[in-house]
Amino acid sequence: MDESPAPWPRRVVVLAGGLSHERDVSLQSGRRVGELLRHQGVDVQILDVGADLLDNLHSDPPDCVIPMLHGETGENGALREVLGLVDLPYVGALPPACRLAFDKPVAKSLVARTGVRTPRSMALPAETFRELGAAAVMTAMLARIGLPLVVKPARGGSALGCTVVRAADDLPAAMVASFAYDGVALVEELIAGTEVAVTVLADPNPRALPPVEIRPDGGAYDYAARYTAGATEFVVPAEISARAEAACARAAVTAHETLGLRHLSRSDLMVDADDEVWFLEVNVAPGLTETSLVPLAVEAAGLNLGAVYAGLAAAAMRSRIDMSTKPPVD
Amino acid sequence: MPADMPADHVAAVPARRAGHRTRLDSYVDRYALRTKGMTSSEIRALFAVASRPEVVSLAGGMPSIAGLPLAAVAESVSRLLATQGATVLQYGSGQGDPRLREQICTVMALEGIQAHPDDVVVTVGSQQGLDLVTRIFCDPGDVVVCEAPSYVGALGVFRAYQCEVVHVEMDDHGLVPEALRQALATAAAHGTPVKFVYSVPTYHNPGGVTLTEQRRAEVLDICAEHDVLLVEDNPYGLLGFTGEPMRAMRADESERVVYLGSFSKTFAPGLRIGWVLAPHAVREKLVLAQESATLCPPTFSQAVVSTYLAEHDWQGQVKNFRELYRERRDAMLAALDEHLVDTATWTRPDGGFYVWLTLPEGLDAKAMLPRAVTARVAYVPGTAFYADGFGTRHLRLSYCYPSPARIREGVRRFAGVVAAELELRETFGAALPSAAAGRHTYESPGPDQS
Repeated sequence: MDESPAPWPRRVVVLAGGLSHERDVSLQSGRRVGELLRHQGVDVQILDVGADLLDNLHSDPPDCVIPMLHGETGENGALREVLGLVDLPYVGALPPACRLAFDKPVAKSLVARTGVRTPRSMALPAETFRELGAAAVMTAMLARIGLPLVVKPARGGSALGCTVVRAADDLPAAMVASFAYDGVALVEELIAGTEVAVTVLADPNPRALPPVEIRPDGGAYDYAARYTAGATEFVVPAEISARAEAACARAAVTAHETLGLRHLSRSDLMVDADDEVWFLEVNVAPGLTETSLVPLAVEAAGLNLGAVYAGLAAAAMRSRIDMSTKPPVD
Repeated sequence: MPADMPADHVAAVPARRAGHRTRLDSYVDRYALRTKGMTSSEIRALFAVASRPEVVSLAGGMPSIAGLPLAAVAESVSRLLATQGATVLQYGSGQGDPRLREQICTVMALEGIQAHPDDVVVTVGSQQGLDLVTRIFCDPGDVVVCEAPSYVGALGVFRAYQCEVVHVEMDDHGLVPEALRQALATAAAHGTPVKFVYSVPTYHNPGGVTLTEQRRAEVLDICAEHDVLLVEDNPYGLLGFTGEPMRAMRADESERVVYLGSFSKTFAPGLRIGWVLAPHAVREKLVLAQESATLCPPTFSQAVVSTYLAEHDWQGQVKNFRELYRERRDAMLAALDEHLVDTATWTRPDGGFYVWLTLPEGLDAKAMLPRAVTARVAYVPGTAFYADGFGTRHLRLSYCYPSPARIREGVRRFAGVVAAELELRETFGAALPSAAAGRHTYESPGPDQS
C-alpha cells in the first residue's frame, strides 16, 4: 500500500463563465465553490475562459483546476481535453465520458442498455425536418412518443430551450425554441410523477447521496424555477418509497459508472405513480449556485461541500501522480 | 473514504430526518406583492454572455464616455475636494444644491424651457425622478398611459408601484394623438382615471422616433382636455444629429407637464444626477419624497456636475458626443440597409441611441436571442418594452457603445441569425406562437452592460 502523504490542494483555479448560454449560472457556481474552498484554507483563483486562459494557467500553474463551466465547452469534454494537454489535473469526468454524458440521446441509450428505464424519445437535427417536411416528421413523432411530451436541446442545461408540449399544435414552436439553443432536438415522452435529482460522489467508489425532490411552484422546473430563490420547494431526502429511493440510487450510480464518469455527477430522474424510476439525463459539472441541487444533497449526507471539492481536487492530483508513475502497458 | 481525503474533512454526520423541506429562501412568505415577477430570467442570463468582448452587444444603452476630458475633470474634482471637501462630502439639501439647480435651468433653456431653480428637484438619475413622481401620484391599480413600446426602466417603476399600464400606439412621428385621445376616453368611460401620460417624445427609447412639433401641440391639448398630467422624460434631448435641439413640451406648458432631465447621457451616468422640473405643489411633495428615500441627492456628485458645467466646455463636449453618435447611427443604418433591406424594417433616428427593428411575420425576437448569442451578437427583444407581452416581432438595437466597425460586424452577424431563424420558421410554419409567450419577466440588460 502506498504510504506517501496524501496530496492536498494548496492552490486551485476555478474556471467559470465562458461563452455558453449558461455563463451566468457558471459564474455563480464558480464564486460559490471558490468561497467554500477558501474556507478550507485553499488559495483560490477564479478565471473566466477566454483567449488568455492558457497563458494564465502556464504563468502560474495551480495544483488543480475545477471546471465550473456549464454548457458546451465546459461539459462536452473540449476544455478538459485542453487541460489534459497542458498536464493539469482537474476535477470531474475525463473528455470521452463528458462527450457521452453531455449528449442526452447518447447518454440515454447507453444507460438504457443496462436496464435502467428512460422515457421513449427520439433525437433529430433541424435539417431532417427541412429535408423531409416538418409536418410529416412531427406527425410520425407524435404517433411514436404521444402527448404530453418534452422538447429539449440534445446538448445544454438549465432547462434552457425546454418546453412541455400538451397539444400537437404547440409542437412546432417548441421545436423552434429548442433549435435556438442546439442543432439537435430531443423529443421525449413526459413522465408524470416525482422529480428527483441524485448526486453521485465517487470517493473513490461511487455512492449515491440522499435524493433531492423538486417541487416547482409553477409545475415546471424551468430557468426561473431553478434560479429564483423561493420559487421551488425542495425535499431532502425525497418523499418517495424506500424501494424507489434505492432504485434512484442504483440508477444514478449505474449512469455514473456506465458513462465512465469521475468524482461527482448528478442524475435527473422521475419516479412515476407505479414507483418506477426513469433516467432523464446526467450532469458532469452540476451547478453549485445558492439554489442548486448538489449542495442540498451533500449537506443532507452530512458532508461539507467545500471539503468534498477539496477532496475531489486532491483525488484529481492523486490520479495524475498514479498515471505518471504507472508502468507503460504493452 | 479515499486515502487522500483527510478524515476530518468528511465527517460522518447522520443525514437529516426524512423529508426536510426548504425553499432556500426563508423570507419567501414575507415579500410584498410588488415583488411578484422579480424572478430570474433566461433572457437576463443571456445578457451575461453579451458583456463578453467576443460578443458585439447591440443590447445595452451605456453611453460612450471615453471621450470625456478625464484629466481635466480629475483636476477639477481634486481641487473641489481640496477647497470644499468638508461641504461636498456632507449631507445636503433634499431638493438639491441651489447652484446646480440654477445651472440646470440654463441647460433646460437650450430646449426652450423657462424655469425657476426653486421648481427643480435634483434626483439620483432621472430614473429616481420617475420613481418619485410615480410614488406621489400612483396607488396600486392606478392607470399610467405610455407609448407602445416604452422605456423598460419606466415599466419597471410602474410595475414596482403596481400600476396598470396602458400602451398607446406610436408611429414614425411619435405618439399617435388620436390613439391617445381614444385611450384617455376609454379609461374615463371605464371609471379608471389616468394618473399621467408618460412619454419620451424626443429620440425615443426604444423607438428611435421623435414626436413632431404639430403632434406635441396636439398631445398637450388632449392632456388638457382630459385634465391629465404629462411626464416628459427627456434624457436624449441634446443629442440630436441635425440642427438645433428640439423644443421640449414643457417649454409650452408649465402647469400640466412634469419634466425629467439627466446628466447621464451628456456627462457621466456614474454620478447618478438627474432632475425633475415640476409645478410648485408637486415639487413640494417630491422634496419630501426625496428626503424619505435618500435624505438628499448625492452632494459630491452634484458638486462634480456643477463644477464640470462651470469650468469645462460642456456644450462643446455634447457636440462631440453628437458627432460620435451620429457616426455610429450612420454605420448601423448603412449596415442594416446592406444586410436586411429585403427582410426587416426599422426606424431611422435623428438623435439618441436606438433603432427599433421589426422582424418579418412569424419571427420571435425573444426565441431567437439564444441563436444570436451563439453567433456572438446581442440585442434586446421587443417584449421587454411592453407591459403586456406584445412586441415579439420587434427588437431594439443600440449603436451608442460599440465602434462603427463593431456595429457593422454586429449587424452582419445579426442578419445571419435572422436568415437562419427565417429558414427554421419556414420549415415549421409561418406564424408560430412563441413557446415562451405569456410570461413577462425582467428582460433587459443591467445598466452596466454595454
